This record gives sequence, structure tokens and C-alpha cells, in this order.
Amino acid sequence: MNALKIVRLTAWAAIAIITVALLYVLLNPVDRDQGTGVAAIGGPFRLADHNGQVVSNESLRGKPYALFFGFTHCPDVCPTAMLEISNDLKALGNAAQDFRVFFVTVDPARDTAALLKEYAGSFDPRITGLIPKDEAELAGMARTFRAIYRKVDTPSGYTMDHTASIYLMDAQGAFFGTLDSKETPAVRQAKLKRLLERR
Amino acid sequence: MMSRFLARLRPVAFSLSLMPLLLAVSPLAAHDYKLGDLRIDHPWSRATPGGAKVAGGFMKITNNGQEADRLVGGTLVSAGIVEIHEMAMQGNVMTMRALAQGLEIRPGQTVELKPGGLHMMFLELKSPLKEGEKVKGTLVFQRAGTIEVEFKVEGRGASGAHDHGAHDHGGHSGGHKH
Repeated sequence: MNALKIVRLTAWAAIAIITVALLYVLLNPVDRDQGTGVAAIGGPFRLADHNGQVVSNESLRGKPYALFFGFTHCPDVCPTAMLEISNDLKALGNAAQDFRVFFVTVDPARDTAALLKEYAGSFDPRITGLIPKDEAELAGMARTFRAIYRKVDTPSGYTMDHTASIYLMDAQGAFFGTLDSKETPAVRQAKLKRLLERR
Repeated sequence: MMSRFLARLRPVAFSLSLMPLLLAVSPLAAHDYKLGDLRIDHPWSRATPGGAKVAGGFMKITNNGQEADRLVGGTLVSAGIVEIHEMAMQGNVMTMRALAQGLEIRPGQTVELKPGGLHMMFLELKSPLKEGEKVKGTLVFQRAGTIEVEFKVEGRGASGAHDHGAHDHGGHSGGHKH
């Protein structure tokens, strides 16, 4: 009789220990991420902007920002994304007056600093073009943000496939979320507002 | 007594005064073309951002005939090159392909060229496209031949989601729909 009780107690104790252990693992995603080799979105970068100034993760420390990969020979997605975020920032008023949006060209061969300056400025002065100086710098930047870009041949030249989401990064340079054209202005603006309020 | 009678007439007179305005507007709203068995409804484009050298061309094409036809090309006076492309989203990646064989329109089918999908790709723009202007161009079909059209330039955020007949108010930024 006593022996059976001990077996029962031991079994319950074992279940309790396993449950606690499982909960601990499940509720501590930070611990799980260690050593898995999966990189987070964002990290160190350094690129020239369309005014020739250097923009880096260090220079942006303390300021939340948005970042988009695109190119000016893009008939639809890029102008739409830039127009939408311009409208969103206008709707947010003073709260977003110092917010910055970076347009990283995936086509540095054609997108010069002067062209990007004209392009970005035609949407909103808070949008700044970033120009990788070569293929390696572009590839590194895309890797940092886990973005995809791909050159595609067309009858008259080429076009670019690319990640179309707008990345939102917080004041610590950590990934906060994305903005998507399929979302309503209200949803996008709510996300931007939360990003601006998180310091 | 007389003044009361006149007051009652006022809404009627007001409506009547609007009639010439309606008559003046309707030919503009009906912006469509016929070429053989094809009906081309509202060719349009979007105002280009500063410095941009490309734009999309959009429209609806209906084939009322018995034989398939194919949009194989076209021109735009302000574009150096015109191609036919298809855009698609694969997850969150925008992909773009040129349709080397053109775009087939089967008998009875209506194909819509619109933002986010099929479009004419205007390349090497010599001048920016400005909202409100109409730009001359052509569409070339394999069977039906060539037709001259005007592409109406709408606002940068125009989605083309508004229905036929409301074109001239269409698509200012911010998803203004009818």
C-alpha cells in the first residue's frame, strides 16, 4: 500500500517537473533563440544617402525609422508604398515630424543620388534615398534586413523583383514590424503610432 | 401666392439649369474604344513621381468576337519603349515578368490591366506624366490590328477600383473610390 503511494507521488512529481520545464522552455523564446543561428531582422549597416551623408544603425540610434527596398524603374509597388507612407505620416501630424523613411535602392546601377533625391522629395521630405556603392554592399544590406531582390531580364533591359514590405525599426534599431499596402491606412497609422510612442 | 408658387418651382428650375452641365460631362466620362470585336474601356495611367522614367498603362479589354485575340504591343507618345508585363506578389516579394507572347483575350473574356497585376509598361519616359492630362498612344492586337487611344493620367494613388462612368473624378491619393 505504502509502496504504491510512493510510486504515485513520484509519478506526479515527475509530471510536475516536466510541466514546469516545458513551460519554462515555451515561455522563454529568448533562451531558445540562442545559438540557433537564425539572425534577427536588422543589425549593423552603413550606407551613403542621396545627399552624400552616411546613414548607419549607429547614426539612427535613439530614433525609430522605416526602411524600404525599391527602385525608381518600378511602376507600381514602390510609388504606391512611398505615397501611402507619406499620407500616413501627414495623418499623424506633429508626432511624426522627425520620423524618417529610408528608400534603399536595389538598382544602384541606374538610381543615382540625384535621381533618388528628386524621386524621394516628390513624395515627402522625410523620405531619404540610400545608395549601396556596389553589389556587395547591396547584398549585405539585404542580408541584414532579410530582404530579397533579384534582377530579371526583359525584352528591353531588366527589372527588379524585391521585397515590398516597409520595415519598421524601433529606437534601439530592433525590428518592430512591417507596413503592407494591403492594410488599411488606419491599421498602418496605428502601427506607426505605437512605434512612435515606444521609446 | 405668386411668390410661393415660384418658390416651389425653384428646385425644378435648379435641376433644369444643371441639364446642360450633365450633357457636357457625359461624353468625357464615356472613354472607351471599339476595334473590330474588341472593346477597350478607359485606358489610363498614373502621375509619375519626380525623376521616374517608367509608368504603368491600365484598361479593360473585352473580346466580343468568336476568335481569341492578343494584345502584343503599343506606343505612348512620351515613352521610348512599351512592353506588356505582369506583376505578382509571391509572399511579400514583388515579382515582374514581361509577357513575350503578349496578352491573350479569349472570346467572351474581359481582361483587366490594373495596378498590382497585368499592365502595359511604359519605359524611357521623355517627360513626366501629370495628373489630368491625356496622352496619346496606340494599342496593337494580333488580329484586330492597331488603334489610337488616349491614356488618361490619374493621381499617383489611383487604384482603378472606381467603376465606369466616374473616370473624370477618379483616384486621387488616399484610395478615393466611387
